Amino acid sequence: MKKITGEKREINMNRRTFLTGAAAGLAGAMLPLNKADASFWEAFFQKHFLEMNDAEKKKVIERLEKEYEQKYKKEITVGLENPMPGVLFGYGLDLSRCIGCRRCEYACVDENNQSKDPQIHWITVLRFKKGEKWIDLEESEKYYNPPLVPEPDYFYMPVQCQQCENPPCVRSCPTQATWKEPDGIVVVDYNWCIGCRYCMAACPYGARHFNWAEPNRKPEDINPKTHYLGNRPRYKGVVEKCTFCIQRTRNGRYPACVEACPVGARKFGNLLDPDSEIRYAIDHKRVFRLKEDLNTNPKFYYFFAYGV
Amino acid sequence: MEKCNKRVFISLAGLLLLIFFHPSFVESAERDIPKHFLVPPPPFSPGIFPCSQCHMYMPANKTPRKLEMHQEIVLKHMPGGWCFDCHNPDNRDRLRLANGKLISFDESYLLCGQCHGTILRDWKAGLHGKRTGMWNGEKLYRLCVHCHWPHEPRFKPIKPLPPPVRPSEIK
Repeated sequence: MKKITGEKREINMNRRTFLTGAAAGLAGAMLPLNKADASFWEAFFQKHFLEMNDAEKKKVIERLEKEYEQKYKKEITVGLENPMPGVLFGYGLDLSRCIGCRRCEYACVDENNQSKDPQIHWITVLRFKKGEKWIDLEESEKYYNPPLVPEPDYFYMPVQCQQCENPPCVRSCPTQATWKEPDGIVVVDYNWCIGCRYCMAACPYGARHFNWAEPNRKPEDINPKTHYLGNRPRYKGVVEKCTFCIQRTRNGRYPACVEACPVGARKFGNLLDPDSEIRYAIDHKRVFRLKEDLNTNPKFYYFFAYGV
Repeated sequence: MEKCNKRVFISLAGLLLLIFFHPSFVESAERDIPKHFLVPPPPFSPGIFPCSQCHMYMPANKTPRKLEMHQEIVLKHMPGGWCFDCHNPDNRDRLRLANGKLISFDESYLLCGQCHGTILRDWKAGLHGKRTGMWNGEKLYRLCVHCHWPHEPRFKPIKPLPPPVRPSEIK
């Protein structure tokens, strides 16, 4: 017994030295050994998007582009276009024209690099029976599949992110991984999202979607023109949502769903520009917003161009 | 002094009248199409235009009747109407408005707008019909006839794309 304590004194190992040594050893084991590890640590210590300066953002972009190139074996550009001053995006959807063909739904998937299997769609087209209680969402049908649309007794209402001015999802996020940009687009930083899905519970429109598995998409299907806050390839375990095609609209183009609609039911523009199409719709047509009573103040306007 | 004022007034009034009744002003009011406005050429069946390649050798028969040519066209638009309500018997390569004015096929929206005035108004404002291009700049409009076959303008039903996967089908 005495001998043992004596030996212990000889190697002079007390609790403090042991812990210091263990910490040093662990840190040594985790030191970056090659480039991939360096990229891991850079990602680990990446700052919040809104706290980074331009140089830091550029570095992140370079790292991401390299990662994506390794993963998908093709060049993918990650954009950082800033919001345009004096622009607040608004969306209009003409319910008197929509025929429920789901062209928008699939154009969105092609543009925004969603996972194909498991399937993620940012747009949901709901079918309602005509003449029933007005917009009873419980009675709506999401999986309708007739041979031809429109069907005589039904009307259709596509639902996607309503880009609320008062977004409940943003308030529910514990890590501030989602926020509203100055041009009104609610965005997610996929590198900051921890996947708790509180925002999905908070969203009254079912507009947020979770990557339950590694997003599955063929490299040749990937749209290589992306934005950091938009359609860049996502990770397993993060939430994603419609961004009004931020990579297109911040460059002045229409969102993909607007250009895909065969009947021209989808309208897009600047709410602050009195001559824009969306303002013309709001000023001249019968307009409503979905679940207006929740005080979310959506910037997605459903309207009826005829049949008043 | 008074005389001078009068003269100025008269010449001003004359100038205003001249501007208002000048043919180019009337025309521009009729065509007040938006800025950044592009329209692709009308969707003719191949080889059919110019119409004069056949019609210039035929005398125009202006009595409404069943045609021997153009059998594929069944007019399901405007009951009681017939060809020369819109087409022009004397110069087949132009369309004719109700006021007798001739317009080219590229401006056929003026013809449609004679009856569908509110739709034409919405179309000019960018609301009716599909737009592609830039929301803040140059955008591509389409003529009415790009989506609506003028002889039977109602949309044909189309096949919807497949419904989303049900949660119960996810393995």
